[in-house]
Amino acid sequence: MAILFAVFSGFVLALASPWLTQYTGRATGWVYGLLPAAITGTLATLVGEVAAGETLRVSYAWVPGLNVNLSFYVDGLSLFFALLITGIGTLIYVYAGGYLKGHHHLGRFFSYLSMFMAAMVGLVLADNLITFYVFFELTSFASFVLIGFNHDEAPSRRAAWQALLVTKAGGLALLVGFILMQQATGTFQISAILESGDLIRQHSFYLPIVLLVLAGAFTKSAQFPFYFWLPNAMEAPTPVSAYLHSATMVKAGIYVMARFHPVLSGTDLWMWVVGGIGALTMLLSAWLALQYTDMKAILAYTTIMALGLLTMLLGLGTEVAVEACMVFILVHAFYKAALFMVAGAIDHEVHVRDITKLGGLWTRMPVTGAAAALAALSMAGIPPFFGFVGKELIYEAATHFDPATVAVTVVSVLANVALVASAGLLVVRPFFGELNDVTKHAHRPDAGLWFGPVVLAVFSVGLGLAPGLLDAAFLGPSAGTVLGASIAPHLALWHGFTLELGLSAVTVAAGVGTYLAWTALRTNTAFQQLERWLGTGLDHGYDNVVDGLLGVGRWQTSVLQSGVLRRYLSTVLGTTIVLVGAAFYHYGFFGGPISVADVRPHEWVLAILSVVGAFGTLFFRSRIGLITSLGVSGFGIALLFLAFGAPDLAKTQFLIETLTVILVVLILTTVSSVEGTLTASQKATNGAVAVGMGVVVSGLILAVLKLPFENPMGDYYAQNTYVEGEGHNIVNTILVDFRALDTLGEITVLLVAGFGIYALLRTGTAPDPNAEHEPPPEDASAPIEQAEQTQQVP
Amino acid sequence: MSAHLLLILPLIIPFVAAVAALLFARWPTVQKGINIASMGGILAASLGLLSRITEQGIQVTTIGDWPVPFGIVFVVDHLSVVMLIVSAIIGVAVAVYAVPDVDDARVRFGFYPFFNLLMIGINGAFLTGDLFNLYVWFEVMLISSFVLIVLGNTDEQLAGAVKYVVINLVSSLLFLSGVGLVYGMTGTLNMAELSLALSEVGQPGLVTVVAMLFLISFGIKAALFPLFFWLPASYHTPPASVSAFFAGLLTKVGVYALFRVFTLLFTQDVGYTHTLLLWGAGLTMVTGVLGAAVQNDFRRVLSFHIVSQIGYMIMGLALYTPLAILGGVFYIVHHIIVKANLFLVSGVAKRLRGSFRLKSLQGLYAYHPWLATLFIIPAFSLAGFPPLSGFWAKLILTIAGIETGAYWIVAVAVAVGLFTMFSMTKIWVKAFLPGGGGEMADAVSSMGLGTRVMYVPIAGLAALTIMISVFAGPVYDLAERSADELYNSSEYVEAVLNHEESAADAGPRPGVDGRPGRVHAR
Repeated sequence: MAILFAVFSGFVLALASPWLTQYTGRATGWVYGLLPAAITGTLATLVGEVAAGETLRVSYAWVPGLNVNLSFYVDGLSLFFALLITGIGTLIYVYAGGYLKGHHHLGRFFSYLSMFMAAMVGLVLADNLITFYVFFELTSFASFVLIGFNHDEAPSRRAAWQALLVTKAGGLALLVGFILMQQATGTFQISAILESGDLIRQHSFYLPIVLLVLAGAFTKSAQFPFYFWLPNAMEAPTPVSAYLHSATMVKAGIYVMARFHPVLSGTDLWMWVVGGIGALTMLLSAWLALQYTDMKAILAYTTIMALGLLTMLLGLGTEVAVEACMVFILVHAFYKAALFMVAGAIDHEVHVRDITKLGGLWTRMPVTGAAAALAALSMAGIPPFFGFVGKELIYEAATHFDPATVAVTVVSVLANVALVASAGLLVVRPFFGELNDVTKHAHRPDAGLWFGPVVLAVFSVGLGLAPGLLDAAFLGPSAGTVLGASIAPHLALWHGFTLELGLSAVTVAAGVGTYLAWTALRTNTAFQQLERWLGTGLDHGYDNVVDGLLGVGRWQTSVLQSGVLRRYLSTVLGTTIVLVGAAFYHYGFFGGPISVADVRPHEWVLAILSVVGAFGTLFFRSRIGLITSLGVSGFGIALLFLAFGAPDLAKTQFLIETLTVILVVLILTTVSSVEGTLTASQKATNGAVAVGMGVVVSGLILAVLKLPFENPMGDYYAQNTYVEGEGHNIVNTILVDFRALDTLGEITVLLVAGFGIYALLRTGTAPDPNAEHEPPPEDASAPIEQAEQTQQVP
Repeated sequence: MSAHLLLILPLIIPFVAAVAALLFARWPTVQKGINIASMGGILAASLGLLSRITEQGIQVTTIGDWPVPFGIVFVVDHLSVVMLIVSAIIGVAVAVYAVPDVDDARVRFGFYPFFNLLMIGINGAFLTGDLFNLYVWFEVMLISSFVLIVLGNTDEQLAGAVKYVVINLVSSLLFLSGVGLVYGMTGTLNMAELSLALSEVGQPGLVTVVAMLFLISFGIKAALFPLFFWLPASYHTPPASVSAFFAGLLTKVGVYALFRVFTLLFTQDVGYTHTLLLWGAGLTMVTGVLGAAVQNDFRRVLSFHIVSQIGYMIMGLALYTPLAILGGVFYIVHHIIVKANLFLVSGVAKRLRGSFRLKSLQGLYAYHPWLATLFIIPAFSLAGFPPLSGFWAKLILTIAGIETGAYWIVAVAVAVGLFTMFSMTKIWVKAFLPGGGGEMADAVSSMGLGTRVMYVPIAGLAALTIMISVFAGPVYDLAERSADELYNSSEYVEAVLNHEESAADAGPRPGVDGRPGRVHAR
């Protein structure tokens, strides 16, 4: 029950929100915040059981034929994430209520936000790969509508679309990876798969599974080279950014790697790919974070840095590394959510986020400033804040890792140096110094805007002072699940004078130095060039890929869908020639040499007449000549029917040929001749197609005629026409009795044709009320459209 | 109700309705009522058939009571009944939608009779168990759909319709040639008997060569690469009601025919024929989706997507395992509902904004949030977004592809899925979100009663899509039954050929006595 409440209540609120907001009005944030708070409370009651090693699960059959169930389970890892999502979610709800107070679409916003939260909760609690994937993609959808919430602005639309496509691409890879996992283990149930680590690692699908699952995780968690979508996503309203960066969306990728760590890790492949990409991402984004002056941009790149760090730690995969990963997830969530909310509050009150323009806000927003300062100190890893605990653990993991100890350590220190500097930029610049023209009119923010940061700051301090609280309840069960082992970690603020402490001191000193040198670093042209490659460069790369594919699409469509009927027909008939010809080539030709001895003289004459008629069409330029020539061919065939004893058939053919010639001649007397529009090569193509069709059809007939033919059908009709059908003419009886339904259908065809012609003639000159009167399209597909439209009836 | 009557009702009802509508040619309102009743009746009859075959297995009846294989048989298995039901659902939806959408001029010139006659062709194709009879229904479909496309007689419609009819006539020609050759090899047209007889032809290779004609003929109908040109050339020209109906059903009759003949008749060398189909499927997916991605007209995007989606269905047939065929059938069901609905949405958008061009539609979301919501459901379903119906269809096919080891087609299918997402969200971004132009604000039109009526079938089909998504299990089971019957065609063959025995056991045909005076009448 607790699980279902946790997963589905958010969706219910999502449905009800547009309607419910009318009643909650200005208090919406506080009222709605009760839901995530309640979920957090409900989940918190499970902590004891889970810490004791129990797992809770619910499961419903969804598509039994595929063994797909809608199933959830709670273990140490999923509970850890679920609490983080709903806990931070509570604060985000309150904050969003203040941030978007009086917004026209507040109900819609909370609808999306609730979907986002519920999807994340469903994702982390899922116990079936398909259930997992469903929620994974729902987070993509929710972030799509949330990032594009301000869709009046072009960057917002672009960012939303980009985020969706990039994460969807990864999602599809993830899905295929999941299916391969199912193929390897025979089940979609995650808890069962987690026990088949050896099976998967030794399976021939192991390599594709790892690469595909990581593609899903890396796109979602903004790892190199996919991270470009995340900075763009800051176009979202700030509450969304705060949530998306701290506890949801990007953490889904981390969760994927953590969740499947027991079955996928433990190989060199995993270590080098995950650890390597994580380290690379961390290093690049640490650098990029220092290149921007927009508070949200700095925050976005430090998020990527944090994600890189978490990824690297999961790649290292040692016990300390995984513990460090879990602790840093919390550390990062606390300070990142707080600082994003602070950035949003400043934006809300001052309408500026550029740290070079802000200053002295301390006097205007003291509570916000205090919370920001505490969060930043945690970010910078200053004792006694929680961030310090996390950083010590990271350094311990780095210095104890083998191989590449030095590299891992150096990379970790460099990233933390950037964190220290960024923390300074985010707090010192806006809040300290003198008030200026930009900031002097700032208002004091509502309680809703500072409530979240304050709570998170308190957590950062409290957990820094007493990190041991996490040991048994959270860290042990979650890290234990990731490692697939039972562990008893001990977090502490003070470890004595260790190597890690020394590194911390170096980090802080270097960080302060970097902070002081920030302006020089940022304006250095060489460094700016680097930013253009790595930051906007990748973003442009995305554009180039999309444009390139669209270019291919445009080209192939203009070739295929040319609008020229002649070309369409040659393609269709050409395909026929090729396929039939290829099949003959493959199976051999079954026909034999034609015996001309049996052919009677008058048959020769008629056959030649038909052929001459057909070839005659090549030489006539006038329409009358053409149609007469075709008529000759048709009459020749009709006479052949007669010669072979099918008078009914011949009669029909005569009628049709006569009528066709008469009608066409009547209509075409007004039109003089066929315009000579065909070039020589077009004529050659037409000729080749015509001859080709003639050859393959003749081949088919010759081959079939070689087979013995029994005619039970003919015998039956002959015997039963009079006896059963009470008819005197077999053909008539076949038409109106044995196969009367066919005749009914063909009569219907005639009827429709008649009525259709009537309708066409009657509406011929009337303007179409539905017709569109628009200027010619100027867009890319214009040539195609015009070709399609100007190709008229001959 | 007798099985015989139940089997022919899906033909009789639209036939009667077509005649009745002709009689009331000058009373459009009456015609609209007749049409809705007709489609509803077909749906009821089809559901009745479903419950019948669930209880009693494959149903067979002979037309005119001539014994198998000398007369024409109707055979209804799970695939047939699923197709009948889904078509009837689209029929009902379009019948309601057409009430405000189709103008009185078109109604006076026979829109509703043609609509019902088209339905006869479609239902006949699903019902028949006779190869030549199938050809006849294809002809009925072709001429009725041609008239529906040109009704209104604008230059654009005529240009599209000429390509439509010429290329489809080539299809008919090849089909007819194929039927002739098959008859020449076996001396029968009954598909159940053909299923056995074609395996006994002295030259099995020749059967496969002849199968190429059917592949191309039905490939044209189904809009496979490189035979699909007629579709994007014509589907964007008629009123939305017509294009929605066509988009949902016409190509799927071609797909149905491919499923039927390439499971029942032409399985002599699956390694050859179905490999060919698989290549066709892959190329169809890719070329269709690339075509769609570059279009800037609502219905043109959708039209190219039909092509692309056909590839997925044929992929199911081509992989030729029970699971793959199941996926194909699931895909057909899902696709018909979703695709028709998207065309219906485009029609409402056109009505509100006076255009199908994405640029002219921009900002729909701000003023018509419900339309936007109703677009999102089928659009994301089409793109295979979980847990919507399209996701399940693609999931089954992906699993089937991986199980078969056909990794390249899985890769293609997945990549095309991403592109589908791209073009569906392109419609969203360009047509539903504001584009920053000045023309938006003053182009807002209010909703009349007619538009509200048009929302009803759209909401209904969207609800159905959600039902299929949430209750994917039962749909899966239905598709599984269909696929099993297709894969093990002996069930079909026995049902038809045993019907012959039971008829023979019944002694002299009662029809002889029941039709006195015919000789005198001559």
